[in-house]
Amino acid sequence: MIEMQEVYKKYPNGVTAINGIDVKISQGDFVYVVGPSGAGKSTFIKMMYREESPTAGSIMVNGVNIAKLKLKRVPLFRRNIGVVFQDFKLLPMLTVYENVAFALEVIEENPKYIKKRVMEVLDLVNLKHKARMLPTELSGGEQQRVSIARSIVNSPKVVIADEPTGNLDPDTSWEIMNIFEEINTRGTTVVMATHNKEIVNTIKHRVIAIESGRIVRDEQRGDYGYES
Amino acid sequence: MKVRTLGRHARESIKSITRNGWMTFASVGAVTVTLILVGVFFVIMMNLNKVAQTIEEDVEIRVHIDVAANKADQQRLHNEIVQIPEVKSIKFSSKKQELDNLIKSLGNEGKAFKLFEQDNPLNDVFIVKTKKPTDTMRVAKQIEKMNYASKVKYGQGQVEKLFKFIGASRNVGLALIIGLLMTAVFLISNTIKITIVARRREIRIMKLVGATNAFIRWPFFLEGLWLGIMGAILPIVLISTAYYYAYDYLAPKLQGNFIQIIPYDPFMVQVSILLVLIGAFIGVWGSLMSVRKFLRI
Repeated sequence: MIEMQEVYKKYPNGVTAINGIDVKISQGDFVYVVGPSGAGKSTFIKMMYREESPTAGSIMVNGVNIAKLKLKRVPLFRRNIGVVFQDFKLLPMLTVYENVAFALEVIEENPKYIKKRVMEVLDLVNLKHKARMLPTELSGGEQQRVSIARSIVNSPKVVIADEPTGNLDPDTSWEIMNIFEEINTRGTTVVMATHNKEIVNTIKHRVIAIESGRIVRDEQRGDYGYES
Repeated sequence: MKVRTLGRHARESIKSITRNGWMTFASVGAVTVTLILVGVFFVIMMNLNKVAQTIEEDVEIRVHIDVAANKADQQRLHNEIVQIPEVKSIKFSSKKQELDNLIKSLGNEGKAFKLFEQDNPLNDVFIVKTKKPTDTMRVAKQIEKMNYASKVKYGQGQVEKLFKFIGASRNVGLALIIGLLMTAVFLISNTIKITIVARRREIRIMKLVGATNAFIRWPFFLEGLWLGIMGAILPIVLISTAYYYAYDYLAPKLQGNFIQIIPYDPFMVQVSILLVLIGAFIGVWGSLMSVRKFLRI
């Protein structure tokens, strides 16, 4: 599913964000990526959807080495993964429905299918009744649910989330986690960078801890392991 | 690309134009100002060109035939001139016709020349026109060498100067128009760049959900197209109205004069089409230039 070998990432300013990572994530896994700020979590996550490319090493996602992916092929690659961000990244001028439908429009899906599929995922995240609203009219938790709906609308094999609960209050965070659980039980791989100790320690999954650009711990059903 | 996707792009581009009210206004304004300038320049240039053409066409070579030449000699000279490949036409004008013309052109004072009718001192003349006005000098020199061509006149000196002047003014006009167009592209690409900086986030998100560059570029392409076309409306209205009145005012005054201005129809239709095309071109170019750098994510 996702396999990194000997991956290094050095930024032009000289900072080494990833300093030799080997990891394998299988289909259907649920993985927390934890670690202190500046440890390289974000770079690690960004390399999985090719927002950053490694300086050295190979990253296989769905059988494609995205470290060597040509810029032109990147859009096609991204269609097979879903990405969820801490700041939601919704388009403010589009309605909830349009924001989600957008991900299918760019791949020129059939309009009938788009309609059906968008309503399906909005139902999954429990926002069917707010389909016509604008993101600004929604609470943070609701906006994140829209963002999740968008990430899964084209049925990706893997959903990558970068601090999806970072901007949300505890109750809302649990709601969001329930949705990710639901997605995962349907067979989708979930990779989530998080600082939320409570969540990691309560909903037990595989934990990968990154410090100074290296994996320092990789446990099935692990703990958060840091003071938050 | 599928037709419905094109429909989507068209809707998006129009939405964006209405959404970015002030920026749309600024871009359209830039196109409008440029096209007014370009249009006015173009109309003036085309008219100068027309005048130049009329003058050029008026340039003729007058070959004075030696008084000693008999009919056969004249015919030989005629044949020789016709054989020059650059010659378009040759017309014979007898010395009597020449004197009549002279008397007519001088009006009352010309009457004095009537005395010469008995003993006409003028020569018979061949009036020669060349296919290309610029060949005049060369052809004249060739004719000079022929037998029985006593004098060859074509406005020596003046013609060369005129052709030089016409050539130079054409080049200057063209350079000005090109300069203006470049300025417009620059202005528009900057204006659109501002709207795109604001939409950088949007482009980034589009790329993250897997939109190809072409998919992202299309609405911008269409937006540039609409902006360019909208920017052409006012210049077309202004220039064609102004030209309508200018033509109405000037044409009767220039009647019979060798300076003529180009008739309103179909000239203004051609100018309008040209302005729309130029507007569309600079709109699209400016738009695509400014979106280019944001696509490398």
